[in-house]
Amino acid sequence: MSLTAYVNGIGVLGPGLNGWPEAAAVLCGRRTYTSAPTVLPSPTMLPAAERRRTGRVVKVALGVALEATAAAAVDATQLPSVFSSSGSDGHICHEICQALAHPGREVSPTRFSNSVHNAPAGYWGIATGAMTEANVLCAFDASFAAGLLDAMTQVTVDRRAIMLVAYDTEYPPPLHAKRPIPDAFGIALVLSPELAPQSLARLEVALTDEPFDTMTEPQLEALRASIPAARGLPLLEVLAHQEPGRTIIEYLDITRAAVRVEPCR
Amino acid sequence: MTPQLLEHFTATSCIGTGNAAMLASLMQQRSGLKHCAFETVTINTHIGEVPGVDEQSLPQEFRTFDCRNNRLAELALQQDGFLEAVQTAAARCGPRRVGVFVGTSTAGVMQTELAYRDRDPVSGALPASFEYATTHNSFSVADYVRQRCGLQGPAVALSSACASSAKAFGSARRMLEAGLIDVAVVGGTDSLCLTTLYGFHSLQLTSAAPCRPFDIARDGISIAEAAAFVLLRRAPDNLDRDAVLLLGVGESSDAFHMSSPHPEGLGARRAMQSALAAAALDPADIDYINLHGTGTPSNDRSESQAVTSVFGATTPCSSTKGATGHTLGAAGALEAVISSLSIRNGLMPGGMHTNRIDPTLTAHYIRENKRAPVTRVLSNSFGFGGTNCSLIFGSAG
Repeated sequence: MSLTAYVNGIGVLGPGLNGWPEAAAVLCGRRTYTSAPTVLPSPTMLPAAERRRTGRVVKVALGVALEATAAAAVDATQLPSVFSSSGSDGHICHEICQALAHPGREVSPTRFSNSVHNAPAGYWGIATGAMTEANVLCAFDASFAAGLLDAMTQVTVDRRAIMLVAYDTEYPPPLHAKRPIPDAFGIALVLSPELAPQSLARLEVALTDEPFDTMTEPQLEALRASIPAARGLPLLEVLAHQEPGRTIIEYLDITRAAVRVEPCR
Repeated sequence: MTPQLLEHFTATSCIGTGNAAMLASLMQQRSGLKHCAFETVTINTHIGEVPGVDEQSLPQEFRTFDCRNNRLAELALQQDGFLEAVQTAAARCGPRRVGVFVGTSTAGVMQTELAYRDRDPVSGALPASFEYATTHNSFSVADYVRQRCGLQGPAVALSSACASSAKAFGSARRMLEAGLIDVAVVGGTDSLCLTTLYGFHSLQLTSAAPCRPFDIARDGISIAEAAAFVLLRRAPDNLDRDAVLLLGVGESSDAFHMSSPHPEGLGARRAMQSALAAAALDPADIDYINLHGTGTPSNDRSESQAVTSVFGATTPCSSTKGATGHTLGAAGALEAVISSLSIRNGLMPGGMHTNRIDPTLTAHYIRENKRAPVTRVLSNSFGFGGTNCSLIFGSAG
C-alpha cells in the first residue's frame, strides 16, 4: 500500500518565517531569507482563563494549526490530528525540576497539568471543540518524519482527512546547553485522501535509505539541522516551487522518508 | 479495522515481574501498593514500586541510556522470553520490517530531577555526566527498545499522558495495515519520579491510602510504575484457539479541560463506541471491561456514566489499579496484558481495596474475582489533556 494524501492547507511559523505565504516566497527564492526571532501569535481562540496558562509550545502549535485549517477551509471540529514534537514545554520542565531541587518541593498544579507532552493537543481540543482523536508523538530529532508517517497511514488506511502539527520550542538554561534548540518552529499540514478545490499537491511517502536532503541557503539549513520540526523544510521547499519533485526527509539513522510531490494547480 | 494478533506479550508491575507472577497476584487478589518510601519523597501516599529496578543493569553498550525508566524496560523485556521473541520475529521478516511503538508520560525525567540537585554552584550548569537524549527525552525508551532488540524499522514514543500506551496500539495497527511493517513491538514504560509524585500531589489527586476505585470514600490515585510489551502482527488465517487478537481501537478527545474529565464522560463514551465500531461488535459482545478506574471522585464518576450509557448496568467491570496502582503512561499496555491474561485464563479480576461501592456509580463493578469464559474485553485509558482510548481484545477460539 503506498501512502498518498493531498495537502489542502499549510501553516508555518519559525525564525523569520511568519506564515506559509511568506515562507513559500522565501523557499522558492522570490524573497531573501532574513533571520528574526519567531513571532508567536496569542491563541485568541482559547478562553481567557486558559489563554493565560499557555506557554510558547501551545502558541506555536495552535498558531500553525489555525493557519493550516483556515487555508484548507476545513471544519476543525471534525478533523483528527497528529501532534509531533521532540519535547514538551521546556520552560515548565525547568520550573518543575528547579522546584523539586528545593527543599519545599512546591510544584505548581497548573504547571504540572501543562507539563504533559499532549498539552498543545489538549488545548487545540478546548479551543476548537474538536472531540476527534489527537495522536501525540515524540521521536527526538526524527519527530517530523515520525509525525508525517503516522498522519499518512491514517489518511491511507482509514481514508480520512487529518491535520499534522510538528512543532518544537527551546529549553531555557541550564537544559538549553544539553538540548540547544534555538527558537520555536512549527509546521502544520492538512492532509486528505481526496482532491479538493484547495488541494496544493499530492504527496506519496515511502521509507528509503537514500541520503537525506539539506537546504541550500545556509541559514535555513542551520534551522533544519537544529530544530526537529524544521526537518520538514525540504518538503516545504518542494511544495513552494509548485513543480513536481521528490525529497528525502531525515528520519532515524539509516532510515529516511522519501516524499514525491505532484502539484495540483 | 483488521484484527491483529498478539503473538507474544509480557508485563512487569508491582504485583509481578512477568506474566506468571502477575497472574498469580490477580488470582489471589494481592495488591502491590505500599506506603511511599521512594527516593527522598516525603508525601503521605501509597505507591506501586517494582522490586529490583535499581539493581537492574543495562548491557554495557547501552550505558548512555542508563536511568530508572530504561532499567524497568530492560527488566520487562527479559521476562517471558520477550526479547528472544522479538529477535526471532526480526530474523524472520528483517529488522527493517519491525516497528516500535512505546507509550510513556515521563520517560527518564528523573535523571533531570537529579541533575538539577547537582548544578554547578557558579555557572548553574548541569553535570557533564547528564545525558538528555537517551534518558529524559520521551523517545529514549522507544529508542532503547529499538536498539536493544536490534531493530531498524519505524520507531516512535506515544506521549498522551495516561492514555499513552493504549494509543500506541492505534499507531501500530495502522502501520501494520498500511503494510509498512510486518511486526510491531507495542508497549508502555513509565517509572516512578518526583515530577509525577509531587505533581499529582499538588493537584490533590493522590490518596494517602491505597487507591479505592469506585468506593464511596475514594479520594485519589496511587502512583505506580510498570512496563509491558506486546508483539503485534497481522492475524494469519489459521489461529490457535487460545490466540488473543486486538479487535478494535477507539480514540477521542474531551475538548473540555486539561486535568478534569468531561463531567458526563462524553469523550470516554465516544472512544468506547468508536472501538466497538472498529471491531464491528455490539456492546453485548463484551464480557468484561477493564476500567481506567483511577480512584479519583471525578474520574470514576465520569467513566461510570460513560460505561453505563454504552453498555447498560450489567456488563461486569473493574479497575485493576487497586492491585497495580496507576502506572500512568504504561497503564494502557499493562492493562492490555491483563486483558489478555483475563481471556486466556477465564478470569475477571475483582477490584481491590473497594469496601463499599459508591451507589451513585451505576456500572456493574465487581470486587470479587469471577471465573468464567472471557471471550472479549474492553480496556479503557484516559489522560490529562482530555485524551481517551479504548481497546478491544478477543479470543480467536
